[in-house]
Amino acid sequence: MKKLINHPDDVVRESLEGFANAHSSLVRVNLDPAYIVRSDAPIAGKVGIVSGGGSGHEPLHGGFVGAGMLDAACPGAIFTSPTPDQMLEAVKAVNGQAGALFIVKNYTGDIMNFEMAADLAREEGMSIESVVINDDVAVNDSLYTAGRRGVALTVLAEKITGAAAEQQRPLDAVAAICRQVNEQGRSMGMALTSCTVPHVGHPMFNLPEDEMEIGIGIHGEPGRRRVKLQSANVIAEMLMEPVLSDMNAKAGDDVLLFVNGMGGTPLTELYIIYRKANEIASKHGLKIIRSLVGSYVTSLEMAGCSITLLKMNDELATLWDAPVRTVALRWGI
Amino acid sequence: MSQNVITKDEIVAWVLAYAQAISDNRVLLTELDVAIGDGDHGANMDRGFKAVAQKLQSGGTDISQILKTTGMALLSTVGGAGGPLYSTLFLQAAQACAGKSELSLQDWTGMIDNAARGVMARGKAAAGDKTMLDALLPALQALIEASHANLPLADALLKSAEAAEHGKQATIPLIAHKGRASYLGERSAGHIDPGAASTALLFLIAAKTLAQS
Ligand SMILES: Nc1ncnc2c1ncn2[C@@H]1O[C@H](COP(=O)(O)OP(=O)(O)OP(=O)(O)O)[C@@H](O)[C@H]1O
Ligand SMILES: [Mg+2]
Repeated sequence: MKKLINHPDDVVRESLEGFANAHSSLVRVNLDPAYIVRSDAPIAGKVGIVSGGGSGHEPLHGGFVGAGMLDAACPGAIFTSPTPDQMLEAVKAVNGQAGALFIVKNYTGDIMNFEMAADLAREEGMSIESVVINDDVAVNDSLYTAGRRGVALTVLAEKITGAAAEQQRPLDAVAAICRQVNEQGRSMGMALTSCTVPHVGHPMFNLPEDEMEIGIGIHGEPGRRRVKLQSANVIAEMLMEPVLSDMNAKAGDDVLLFVNGMGGTPLTELYIIYRKANEIASKHGLKIIRSLVGSYVTSLEMAGCSITLLKMNDELATLWDAPVRTVALRWGI
Repeated sequence: MSQNVITKDEIVAWVLAYAQAISDNRVLLTELDVAIGDGDHGANMDRGFKAVAQKLQSGGTDISQILKTTGMALLSTVGGAGGPLYSTLFLQAAQACAGKSELSLQDWTGMIDNAARGVMARGKAAAGDKTMLDALLPALQALIEASHANLPLADALLKSAEAAEHGKQATIPLIAHKGRASYLGERSAGHIDPGAASTALLFLIAAKTLAQS
């Protein structure tokens, strides 16, 4: 294992400490229990937007804490859901007396820990709503699985929901916007390489030079199938096809096209994927009215990408364009 | 376990011995989770039970409180799916023992029964879904049968450990329907479920520490 770490046990804490040192004008970091809040929290009358999940997906979620996006983020151990006491302390730290929304990626651990945290916060008199993000079309949403995973759409949901909360909309309206984003967005990912969790010390799976995994999540787990390596154009087709058919996109629909890097793939390559995805979407008659390209929801140093399509409308576009000031997304302020 | 009962000190010894066993088996549990999950089960459990061991350094006032302390420490340190599930297991066990200063086989069986119900309610999984329940439910069944047959406590604990181990091995051909492993579909078959392995260990350690004291 070749990593810029001191000791596997200290990775999350030391990274958080560095994050706090680097971004003290935007965020405050608490180490025990671990959470990150925007520096001006709590904001009276504003719904608190709280998310969290395992570490190793940076900039998700801590990089999206700030004006116009998340009020708080709770980082767990690498690829492990955080614990209810973290979420409880975080939600208290951002309590503007207007309730809070938990944005939860659909994994068994995240669901159970956020559920327990919501119970604890309600016992303390807070109003809590939760929205579960499950955009990954690689997993069948059936009784025989834990359901579709929450992947790259999470960033779009956090941005758009955060903008709605910033306008001081009430909790139920903010939750409804988040649900709408989840219903209208779909993603699919692929890996060129595996990744190494520091305390495991070796790659999660072995992928020969001439093969790739299609339908991966964001925890270094193998995907739905392993196939021969293909060109960027063919890979873009392999990802776009299931996304388009699952989301029922029709000619004339406005969409946001998001090409996300898994951590180890350069922007140069992400734009080659974007170029082809753009062509495929246009052939379908979709109008790409907004786009995002970059590594925002990562899986440590994994090479690969995911493609997300979100069906837009005027309201979502306005919320997307609203000012945001976080470590990883910043415009309009 | 002189009078065919389990005492407060023996409960502490069981939990501490389990913490040691988790530490010894950390790599094994992690590798099982690398195969069909995300490679964190060993580290998660070890982090949690190290915190538990710390909390139980000074013993405890009564059985229910010891189990509750264990559950609360797990809740704030483990995370993942294992955190809420193992925390629920111990918290529900604690609830079933409230007010008891020692546990008969019937008490122990009732305690495991309550713990299993809690895990099922929290995770909404059933037997055969390839989870920790596939070790927990057979262990419970063995205890119920031993309890009806009025077996000595030590024999009952051994039988439940065997049943849990058998249940763990029986997860190998199963296709996971819950948790992370379910994303793999048929690729989840051919491996032991990591949670079933850590639960089988819990009953093995109970047999080793309680049946032999
Ligand atoms: N719904 C469920 N009910 C009961 N047990 C479950 C359920 N889901 C998962 N498990 C058990 O949890 C074990 C995995 O625990 P682990 O600590 O590795 O959490 P995890 O799934 O990796 O969590 P996270 O997704 O947050 O990383 C599985 O092997 C299985 O036995
Ligand atoms: Mg795991």
